[in-house]
Amino acid sequence: MSQVPSDLKYAKSHEWVRALPDGTVEIGITDHAQHALGDLVFVEVPEAGRSLQAGDACAVVESVKAASDVYSPIAGTVLEANAALASAPELINQDCYGKGWLMRVQPADAGALAALLPAADYQTLLAAEGG
Amino acid sequence: MGRRTPLHDLHVALGARMVDFGGWDMPVHYGSQIEEHHQVRRAAGVFDVSHMCVVDLRGAGVRPFLSRLLANDVGRISLPGKALYSCLLNEAGGVLDDLIAYRMTESWFRLVVNAGTRDKDLAWMRDRAAAWGSDLAITERSELAMLAVQGPRAREIVAGLLEPADAVEALALEPFFGRECGAWFVARTGYTGEDGFEIVLPAAEAEPAWRALNAAGVASCGLGARDTLRLEAGMNLYGNDMDESRNPLESGLAWTVAFEPADRDFVGRAALEAIRAGGVPQKLVGLLLEERGVLRSHQKVVVAGIGEGETTSGTFSPTLERSIAFARVPRATGDRVQVDIRGRLLSARVLKLPFVRRGRVLVDL
Repeated sequence: MSQVPSDLKYAKSHEWVRALPDGTVEIGITDHAQHALGDLVFVEVPEAGRSLQAGDACAVVESVKAASDVYSPIAGTVLEANAALASAPELINQDCYGKGWLMRVQPADAGALAALLPAADYQTLLAAEGG
Repeated sequence: MGRRTPLHDLHVALGARMVDFGGWDMPVHYGSQIEEHHQVRRAAGVFDVSHMCVVDLRGAGVRPFLSRLLANDVGRISLPGKALYSCLLNEAGGVLDDLIAYRMTESWFRLVVNAGTRDKDLAWMRDRAAAWGSDLAITERSELAMLAVQGPRAREIVAGLLEPADAVEALALEPFFGRECGAWFVARTGYTGEDGFEIVLPAAEAEPAWRALNAAGVASCGLGARDTLRLEAGMNLYGNDMDESRNPLESGLAWTVAFEPADRDFVGRAALEAIRAGGVPQKLVGLLLEERGVLRSHQKVVVAGIGEGETTSGTFSPTLERSIAFARVPRATGDRVQVDIRGRLLSARVLKLPFVRRGRVLVDL
């Protein structure tokens, strides 16, 4: 069973968003997503300063099997990407909600998080997908 | 729901992630594909390859039939249990399948063909047998299961599951030989570049054998690790690296085509001779990516000043910790190319295959 921490928000495309006290957000991929991808071997993260629309392909995660796009759950500006993933992409497999975060973003609209799925709804979505 | 091997329920019970593979529900990994890969290179792993098709050909006419059917020459296998890797070609020289033929007895040869091509292969063989008036019976052995136990410790562990007399005989097998051990057929063949055995056994014995192997320290391994292992070992995958539209000479398989003796008239011979006389325009090579990223199949390969090619298989190599691929490129390609990965041209080195064999890295990183 996939882990779905209750303090995060989720996108249908299997990214999570964590609201930080300073108004910025941290974004990564969910436990369900990392499990479906298998062992990750390469991660391409966006450059700081890049401006994103919600739904933009902003990162690529590659497992031994295949490459998958990661879509930004919200609009905003990339503040920093997780540099540790360059040499240790497996951090996403090991700790997708912690050390395996992908990027930190300044949201364009502080209210944007409200449009994302709470944990319970994301759980329901996974159950419906059979995962 | 796809077709299931006799080990399906065991895979699920062991926590495998099941995927569709050519119409079969197969385990891709049991947790970590990379860990399974390393287990095979360093110790031993077991793969369910029961989706592959065992075909027995029996009859007085079996040797002349295979001599005409296969691009490699069964004249090279006359010792008991000797195996031969060969392509099955159409008249145009295109590859219908690749297979292993075992000479069981002079009137009984066993073929192991790919899962996705089994129906096509059987139809082709039956059609050829009828057309040539061959005296033989062609039997699909779907009641059998098949395990591949691979890795430096594989043979000694499998021997421990055999009757003592069979164990001695099995351990004495040279590479590319097999023998019957009771109801099992044990062959020193594989698809990983490591030593090991492939075992054909009654379906009901597959699960106890798997559990006994696990108990003896053999890791359950999925098709994911099988793919990365075979790529490192420089072994082609049918449907990726060659198919009916490609001939063996442009697929790195010229070594499997026996043009000698010159009077052996095999299917595809005339076409291959014409292609060879005209100069084969392309070749299959190994690539090692020099930058960060992962090579995949069907990426464009740019060869400066010469032309273009395409990757046929690609992955991240757990042993090299770099990305590797096979690519079909113009014959004049030198030692350096570029590969288009999502719109960016990344440089790669052209290398002779294999990348890894028997646990040893054979390329300079």
